[in-house]
Amino acid sequence: MTSTPTLSPGDTKAQRVRSSSSLLNGPILRRATLESFVKLNPRHLMKNPVMFVVEVGSVLTTVLFFKDFGSSTTAENVFAGLVAVFLWFTVLFANFAEAVAEGRGKAQADTLRKTRAETMANRRNADGSVEQVPGNQLDVGDEVVVVAGEVIPSDGDVVVGIASIDESAITGESAPVIREAGGDRSAVTGGTRVLSDEIVVRITARPGETFIDRMIALVEGSERQKTPNEIALNILLAGLTIIFLLATVSLQPFAIYAHAEQSVIVLVALLVCLIPTTIGGLLSAIGIAGMDRLVRRNVLAMSGRAVEAAGDVNTLLLDKTGTITFGARQAAEFRPAPAVDEAELASAALQSSLADETPEGRSIVELAAERYGLVAEEIVGATLVPFTAQTRMSGFDVDGTSIRKGAADSVRAWVEAGGGTVPVALMDEVGAVAALGGTPLVVATKDATGTARALGVIYLKDTVKPGIAERFAELRTMGIRTVMVTGDNPITAGVIAQEAGVDDFIAEATPEEKMAYIRREQAGSRLVAMTGDGTNDAPALAQADVGVAMNTGTQAAKEAGNMVDLDSDPTKLIDIVEIGKQLLITRGALTTFSIANDVAKYFAIVPAMFLGVFPQLDRINIMSLSTPRSAILSAVIFNALIIVLLIPLALRGVKFVPSSAAELLRRNILLYGVGGIIAPFIGIKVIDLILTALGVK
Amino acid sequence: MTVAAWLQFAVLVLLIGVSIPLLGGYMAKVFGEEQKAPGDRFFLPIERAVYRVCRVDPEREQRWTVYAFSVLAFSLVGVLVLYVMQRVQTVLPLNPTHAPKVPEALSWNTAVSFVTNTNWQSYFPETTVSHFTQMAGLAVQNFVSPAVGLAVAIALIRGLTRRRAATIGNFWVDLTRSIVRIFLPLAIVGAIVFLAFGVVQNFHGFEVIRTLEGRTQVIPGGPSASQEIIKMLGTNGGGFWNANSAHPLSNPSGLSNIVQIYLLSVIGFSLTWTYGKMVGDKKQGFVLLAVMVIIWVTVAGLGTLFELNGNPKVAALGVDQSVTAAQPGGNYEGKEIRFGTPASALFAGATTGTSTGAVDSMHDSYTPLGGMMPLIHMKFGEVSPGGVGSGLSGILVLALLSVFIAGLMVGRTPEYLGKKIQATEVKLVVLYTIAMPFAVLVGTGIAIVTPSVLHVSIFNPGPHGFTEVLYAFTSAANNNGSAFAGITANTQFMNIALGFAMLIGRFVLIVPTLAIAGALARKDRVPASAGTFPTNTPLFAGLLLGVTVIVAGLTFFPALALGPIVEQLGI
Repeated sequence: MTSTPTLSPGDTKAQRVRSSSSLLNGPILRRATLESFVKLNPRHLMKNPVMFVVEVGSVLTTVLFFKDFGSSTTAENVFAGLVAVFLWFTVLFANFAEAVAEGRGKAQADTLRKTRAETMANRRNADGSVEQVPGNQLDVGDEVVVVAGEVIPSDGDVVVGIASIDESAITGESAPVIREAGGDRSAVTGGTRVLSDEIVVRITARPGETFIDRMIALVEGSERQKTPNEIALNILLAGLTIIFLLATVSLQPFAIYAHAEQSVIVLVALLVCLIPTTIGGLLSAIGIAGMDRLVRRNVLAMSGRAVEAAGDVNTLLLDKTGTITFGARQAAEFRPAPAVDEAELASAALQSSLADETPEGRSIVELAAERYGLVAEEIVGATLVPFTAQTRMSGFDVDGTSIRKGAADSVRAWVEAGGGTVPVALMDEVGAVAALGGTPLVVATKDATGTARALGVIYLKDTVKPGIAERFAELRTMGIRTVMVTGDNPITAGVIAQEAGVDDFIAEATPEEKMAYIRREQAGSRLVAMTGDGTNDAPALAQADVGVAMNTGTQAAKEAGNMVDLDSDPTKLIDIVEIGKQLLITRGALTTFSIANDVAKYFAIVPAMFLGVFPQLDRINIMSLSTPRSAILSAVIFNALIIVLLIPLALRGVKFVPSSAAELLRRNILLYGVGGIIAPFIGIKVIDLILTALGVK
Repeated sequence: MTVAAWLQFAVLVLLIGVSIPLLGGYMAKVFGEEQKAPGDRFFLPIERAVYRVCRVDPEREQRWTVYAFSVLAFSLVGVLVLYVMQRVQTVLPLNPTHAPKVPEALSWNTAVSFVTNTNWQSYFPETTVSHFTQMAGLAVQNFVSPAVGLAVAIALIRGLTRRRAATIGNFWVDLTRSIVRIFLPLAIVGAIVFLAFGVVQNFHGFEVIRTLEGRTQVIPGGPSASQEIIKMLGTNGGGFWNANSAHPLSNPSGLSNIVQIYLLSVIGFSLTWTYGKMVGDKKQGFVLLAVMVIIWVTVAGLGTLFELNGNPKVAALGVDQSVTAAQPGGNYEGKEIRFGTPASALFAGATTGTSTGAVDSMHDSYTPLGGMMPLIHMKFGEVSPGGVGSGLSGILVLALLSVFIAGLMVGRTPEYLGKKIQATEVKLVVLYTIAMPFAVLVGTGIAIVTPSVLHVSIFNPGPHGFTEVLYAFTSAANNNGSAFAGITANTQFMNIALGFAMLIGRFVLIVPTLAIAGALARKDRVPASAGTFPTNTPLFAGLLLGVTVIVAGLTFFPALALGPIVEQLGI
């Protein structure tokens, strides 16, 4: 695991970079409007049974309008014309919703295409010679030389050299990153630019299958396939359409028996109002928008299926470092040996760390400055003693005196070699720090006489990120277990796990153990999500139901996962789960709303249809709609307009508050179920009032 | 309502309430996954004998396809045997009334009717079928058709409880056990109780007697008590006599009337307990029970209320229709004096919530809204509590539908009892949900413009005649069998059309139910967590109730508006 730059959960860098284009800007709207007409093509609409029925109805009413135009009264013509127009609007609005949802992705794809603009590559042949070939002719295994200022022609691994690279074309992040041969930081992406040095890259992607190609396909939605829940929902909607088709078609013989035969226009109007056009019209927009929400967070999901699975996840495997704790340990406390002044220990610790550029070293300097007001001053003439794996100490020598800091047993040996003793109390402190999951560093000095003395212990602590415990608590209310994965020993891991509030932890984790844990969870029918970046994470990433690979990671990891986080922020896994849930909730909410709407439409249309023969039916005209024609028209217009009104909700997703399923259900049933029954009564009444005011009778 | 009416209702509630845990728990043991069940020492040898004769290996379980095939094959044989028996009853024994051979279309209708647990009767039993046909044909189906429904429901429960299983039980075993351990013992005890009430049981034909007034009266005879018990217990409803449970030799008193309501409801309600036991969470069963009870009480309650209110036209004439100790009050047309209005409306509500369809009063004579309540009760899909087995299956399918519609709103793939509800299940649920409305709406739609129906069947043109036809197809497609009456159903067209409606209402529901059982059995169970959609709470009961009412309401509102609603508003 490489430590990654950390972001607090609330960080919005991703949004800042990508949402520069607002939800609905001019060009997207223009393009979407045009697209809504293109999408009228029946071959496209066939995929959506509900809207296809509406289109057939629109054609039918339009034909009847023209056919009967001469033989009908003005009022009849106005009615038939308006019904036909609003049926067409119903289809167009649904198309528009889909087009708007696709719009942003298409705009983004255009930008990406520009970065992919043909580059020339310096291919290194087997004999060592270099020749210029177009970047799109490179194949797997080719090696290319890229020098500073050039664009990397395709995806690959650095095999020679080290370079700083500008990846802003993909991640939107302007700070350059380092890529070097070997290890877990060797992957480079086509379309990014080398800023310094020279590297040799071995190509790993076939032409047309590079990361940018895939990214374009994804954001554009060209490879979009229906997700399992979407398919199931479509079946339900088709079923409801059939039921309402039965109800409408059978109504005609009933009407004939009652001597109140209905016109086809009225029957079509009734059918379109009853079938679930609201959800049918917005379903694909919801799915596309859900993917887009991920893209705006700089997460690329390789399939919609993965996004849905994220909503279903039961267990999150989170790497301790970078996700739960800050990347490095930080000095938390100075614990002096008996008879040693704490300030003296702090001072020595500070001096020993002046040359220490590691995050741990800097945190010691910061703690000394903060706690004791000590200022780091350069010591003239000091000989720095760097840390080595053999000595496991660092420090400096100056004018015959020395200061050392390091692992307890190494420093102890150094002190004892210098004729000193390490007090038992100090060794107890060392044990105590270790028991807390911290890292104890012992500080010792040797004066000019050569006598060594142990000063005390620096308590280096793994610091849990602020706010992370609350997020885990939220996840728990949603029924999601969090599992911390760490290479630490069980004691250390246990302390951090408790502090962070995770439900379980895997200590001294190996890739095999991680894999075994995932398999165990899956055997219990639980879905697992994880992040990873190293090549040894690849099998686990592939096994997990949701595997988020860090963009800084290796090609193997990126291939294995079903999502890539361009910001390489493992905390984002939690956001991904929430986006997945929000997507499903939005679908469910609009389905419920759509069905609940039908109650009011019946009360508008059915009395209107038979008022002529059965005047007593006016008593179930509970909205007191003015005339039969205005009643039917109001229902049809409401049915069309509600799609437009709900487009923002479909694109944004319903408000998601992390809470238990019971709580979510209560809230959403009230809002979209009960609300869905009431809203159209008001809407239809208002439209009827307006129509009457406009003189439609 | 009078004190007597409240008392009758209280007795009924008490009887059912006490029976639910007893009978429900017993059935859970009969069909549970454990090897032992109460009464094994007595019942096992009988079952083993049956298995030996029928060459059934009770240890061998079936996949859903084989299970469904067994149901269909068994039912097909049932239809054929019944059909032939009616056609040749003249040469068979026990025909003291010399009933002639039954015509083709009517034989088809009756055969299908009894095999599908509908027991719609287009004929006068007294003059149409022999004692032999009643006993060896119709009564046999009265036992086996509810057993088929029960077996299917149990298979569905197994689908929900089993994990990664290929099989859902053995149809022949489930069928045998439900007859040997549930229907036969209860029917034997119940028949004796009925004898005590005064229900007749003999092999006589018609007896002509001289009444006290000096007139002559024809009294029919026959093995009534033994049929009456299974007619109610098995939610069959096909009367031994044409007047059905209004006949004094079939349902002699107010007490026998309450016992009949109890018998037709008890297994349906108790199955929710069985379900709770078998899935290991009693609350799951309570939720279903609560929904059933709410619908049942509302429909029966409103029906009673509408009937007690009487007819506004009669009230306009200055006639007092109030219920007092001195007069029964309400709309009394077509009701038996010995039952009174409340008990009659209660019977109507109960019989249409199950697939029984026995009647003790003429629904056609109810006020339009009073008559609409039994009609609506069937249109909910008969889930309150429904026919034996079929009611539980129906409400479980509605639960799956509710879970799918609203389940997405918790942000997970919808689950029921830890089983994910995905495309396959939704497809089957949709098929199940469409079948009944298809049969009702298409059937009524064709019938209502068919000349023979308009000129021969309907005596009451206008909305009332429409309601009668709508009721007939609703009753057939829901396998209820109760008749609104008032139309001539014994025509070529109606006999054939209603026969198809019954077949669709039975088997186009059973096959998807078993397919759902098979699909769910194969799945693993996702362990419950705080993120799981809770299906054992009052909230879910409310949701299930809402979905049940809205789905039926949206499907049938136009038809109801043109029938009873417009008729009531026109009074």
